[in-house]
Amino acid sequence: MSADFFYGIEVVINGLMAGVLYALVALGFVLIFKASGIFNYAQGVMALFAALTLVGVMEGQVPFSHLINAIFGTEIHHFGWHVPALLAIFLTLLVMVFFAWCVQKFVFRHLVGQEPIILFMATIGLAYFLEGVGDLMWGSDIKTIALGLPQGGSLWLEQATSGLGGDDFYGFFIDKLDIVATLVAAVLVISLIVFAQYTKQGRAMRAVADDHQAALSVGISLNFIWVLVWSLAGLVALVAGVMWGAKSGVQFSLSLIALKALPVLMLGGFTSIPGAIVGGLIIGVGEKLFEFLIGAPFLGGATENWFAYMLALVFLVFRPQGLFGERIIERV
Amino acid sequence: MFYREAGDFKTSYEADNQTFPIAFDRYRYWAVLAVAYLVIPFIINDYWANAIFVPFLIYAIAAIGLNILVGYCGQVSLGTGGFMAVGAYACYKLMTAFPDVNIVLHVILAGGITAIVGAAFGLPSLRIKGFYLAVATLAAQFFLVWLFNKVEWFYNYSASGQINAPERFVAGVPVTGANTAPWAQYLICLVFLTVCAIVARNLTRGTLGRTWMAIRDMDIAAEIIGVNPLRAKLSAFAVSSFFIGVSGALFFAVYLGAVEVGEAFGIQKSFLVLFMIIIGGLGSIFGSFAGAAFLVVLPVALKVIGVDLLGWPTDIVSHLQLVIVGALIMFFLIKEPHGLAQLWRLAKEKLRLWPFPY
Amino acid sequence: MKLKSLATLALTGTLAAGPALADLVIPDLSYRTGPYAAGGTPFSDGYQDYFNLLNARDGGIGGEPIRIIECETAYNTEKGVECYEATKGEGALIYQPLSTGITYQIIPKAIVDEIPIHTMGYGRTSAANGEVFNWVFNYPANYWDAASVMVNYLLEENGGSLEGKKIALLYHNSAYGKEPIRTLEELSAMHGFELSQLAVDHPGQEQKSQWLQIRRERPDYVLMWGWGVMNQVAVQEAANIGFPMENFIGNWWAGAEHDVTPAGAGADGYKSLNMNRVGDLPVFEEIKTLVHDAGNAAGDGSNVGNVLYTRGLYAAMLAAEAIALAQENTGKADIAASDVRDAMEMLEITAARMEELGMPNIGPEFSVTCQDHGGTGLGIVQQWNAADAQWVALTDYIAPDDSVTDPLVAEDSAAFAAENNITPGCL
Repeated sequence: MSADFFYGIEVVINGLMAGVLYALVALGFVLIFKASGIFNYAQGVMALFAALTLVGVMEGQVPFSHLINAIFGTEIHHFGWHVPALLAIFLTLLVMVFFAWCVQKFVFRHLVGQEPIILFMATIGLAYFLEGVGDLMWGSDIKTIALGLPQGGSLWLEQATSGLGGDDFYGFFIDKLDIVATLVAAVLVISLIVFAQYTKQGRAMRAVADDHQAALSVGISLNFIWVLVWSLAGLVALVAGVMWGAKSGVQFSLSLIALKALPVLMLGGFTSIPGAIVGGLIIGVGEKLFEFLIGAPFLGGATENWFAYMLALVFLVFRPQGLFGERIIERV
Repeated sequence: MFYREAGDFKTSYEADNQTFPIAFDRYRYWAVLAVAYLVIPFIINDYWANAIFVPFLIYAIAAIGLNILVGYCGQVSLGTGGFMAVGAYACYKLMTAFPDVNIVLHVILAGGITAIVGAAFGLPSLRIKGFYLAVATLAAQFFLVWLFNKVEWFYNYSASGQINAPERFVAGVPVTGANTAPWAQYLICLVFLTVCAIVARNLTRGTLGRTWMAIRDMDIAAEIIGVNPLRAKLSAFAVSSFFIGVSGALFFAVYLGAVEVGEAFGIQKSFLVLFMIIIGGLGSIFGSFAGAAFLVVLPVALKVIGVDLLGWPTDIVSHLQLVIVGALIMFFLIKEPHGLAQLWRLAKEKLRLWPFPY
Repeated sequence: MKLKSLATLALTGTLAAGPALADLVIPDLSYRTGPYAAGGTPFSDGYQDYFNLLNARDGGIGGEPIRIIECETAYNTEKGVECYEATKGEGALIYQPLSTGITYQIIPKAIVDEIPIHTMGYGRTSAANGEVFNWVFNYPANYWDAASVMVNYLLEENGGSLEGKKIALLYHNSAYGKEPIRTLEELSAMHGFELSQLAVDHPGQEQKSQWLQIRRERPDYVLMWGWGVMNQVAVQEAANIGFPMENFIGNWWAGAEHDVTPAGAGADGYKSLNMNRVGDLPVFEEIKTLVHDAGNAAGDGSNVGNVLYTRGLYAAMLAAEAIALAQENTGKADIAASDVRDAMEMLEITAARMEELGMPNIGPEFSVTCQDHGGTGLGIVQQWNAADAQWVALTDYIAPDDSVTDPLVAEDSAAFAAENNITPGCL
């Protein structure tokens, strides 16, 4: 076997890993879209906000310190304590639940029954709002997540496989962070599925996703369910924010990961959790392989961004509702 | 009292078919035109031209274009930035390849080229609908930006990768380049906007506009009554892209003078123009103006209030600006999901009775 | 016509609320928000702190107080245009636009408005040709110099020959990122190294493909032209694949503290170019006592001594020196922007002068002429020490190979002159 063949496999493996990271972001979109028909553009900013909050809480940063200092002329920045990681994660989740409650209470409750594009627009407003609040609360410098996540290539795997493809092959490279992300994503998806299948709230959530009015008529509180899905989306956002933030530091650009999730959604369907995962994997592998085989050697590289969308577009032409989306039935 | 539909009797078909059949609308229209053409050019300065009016006029053209596609034909598109880039680069290539041809012609041709590209990227709309289509148009956005960045021919192999608008004249007055007077910049954009708006208004109340609206409201039903969806959708994409291309060309040549594709025509631009039409009102030409004005003026106004009047630190003001713009968008949608245009309609209702309500 | 100018006057009057005529107005187009805020904040802090120091210590320049007008651009061209138009009427003396897009915007406008632009190590490289770009200055160095300095550094490391070496350029897929390509291609032909180019699309959060390719091809060196989130991710990915960090060299916009801290210990040994010295300077003490303790700090005062803070300070110093020289030349304290331009063309920065200002060796010695607005193009190579969390200068100022960059500058500026009907010449 030639080294190129093994490198191809390596690209596929890394594509799968990248796909998991895309799927993590896409998952948050799917949860909200399924339950309420809202295409939540703010998901990326939620990931940023959640990660910022986590870092801020852990390091004992004073929220809105810059604003407070500017108004009152004080010089406060830190509380001077460090919160242990688990407690900080818990506190961050509380913040995300509170955020979900606010979003429901102040925005989407008033927009029930509006057209999808209006709801979409409202989430864009929300994205702006949250971005501004995040910046005001925690400042706009780049922060480092100190959760002790492993980073770097897996040396063991590299050495174990280095003999495969001759002298030009250096063994498979897999980032340990990606492995962790995959495990976390697996746990997350399994627990979401278990939650949706076997708990009362989970069933209620599925009922709402199926038919709002029928769910309402059997006594399910729509309000509660919507707060619930926004909270779950907040949880997913936190995980995505931490995983992406571990690579680049927590910074503004984190909100742009939403753009990486959109082709995944198109491909997998807006309403399917397995679709998000499979879509993520296909996009991850597809774009990496295209860059490896065609993009970098022939087109000058940097093709991944648009190729992901092109790939999804081609899929859609054959299946307009995405791979796993609900069949669109139209009646006159 | 002031706004009356009744009592305005038409005695000829011509009068009945005019663009603004209601007297008040007509007077308003002429009044706005008079102010725009006869007052503003004489008092405009560099700041007002470059910070407010020229961007407003150009974005209004783009918003009208996108509104035709989204508001009238119901095809959500997020490729606006990419199509504006097509307009800009087409204009640049034409300007440098045929320096003797009038710039106005170049801008129109740039619009035409964009229309062809837009129609090509509109093809998937025959299969894909709703948000799926919106995301699919992002493929156009990312691909076009990548293309203009990659292929050096588009920027004439310049080492900087930027395109610069050379100086061009209309009737002996420079309209592009550094020596352009603010009123010239303003007027050329205004003329284009006026023509575009009149064309758009008449298109949307003619046969073509009605087929678009039929497709928007229910495409299957429209097909059954004999609307050809292929023609309707592609014509909407083409016409919409034409306007967007014109605005892209003006954005590059008249407003900025030098652009780099990723920075000027990135995905943010697509979202910005979409915000404009949703805030302004889908399916309304007036809404396109209102939305463009809202999103051009509001940030500047907030900055002037925060920094210049209150003297706050610039970073806090610009964070607050995000918070306020976001909150206002949500507030407007809750109060009036149909945009500023609907507020205007309500205001007209009020005007009809004022000052003698029931 | 009379009506028009009257009305214009009325409009500007209400807008600018009566500019105070006697001040030296310095606009600061900063970006403390948006995706690049981490880089913009320290630069702007340094830029403003130095002028505040001059105000506090000397009462301004030549007895004339300095008024800084800060305007937030968020690195966005349209906001930058708004900022430029809003501040130019206040009597702005010099612009430091701080973004490639805004620079290209302002270049033609500044010629008409007669305000000099100083683009320090960014912007349009060929602006070094002062006969074409009369109003633009990009001393002390530009991107093409940077590429050449990098190669010269590597030549030195390899005993004068790069024959057969493989060098990869990892660049942000934008005009900025593509700047060094032409220079590096020339140099590759000259020194016989193999150049491969890897583009990273904006914003650059996902660079797995590029780094896997680097891992496969095993280049001897990786040079990076990165910006924003791309820098942090690239440093992290380099550490991940185990690329020897001492062979990974970023340009001067990819070599600040915030670019390397997210990668933690993995970033240790990463190198970058710098156009200014790093480390402690006597002037910092003065800034702390006279500016920060007086409560006039721009920002929260935590950035003193950072790479980009020092760069901002350096930029402010160059501007202040030019203004002082302009005052000396014209013999009056209240000068116009065109006087500053004339002075910038005669500017000479000597080691003694930098010492005197409390910033010894902050930049290279250079002098500007009408023909050459680009300075000497010298740069240092610095290395990140993760344990002490600081940048350490490895070399003294290294000179670029002017025989490579000069023809490129001449070619590109000639193209600009032809496109815009400019007859090259001194003002």
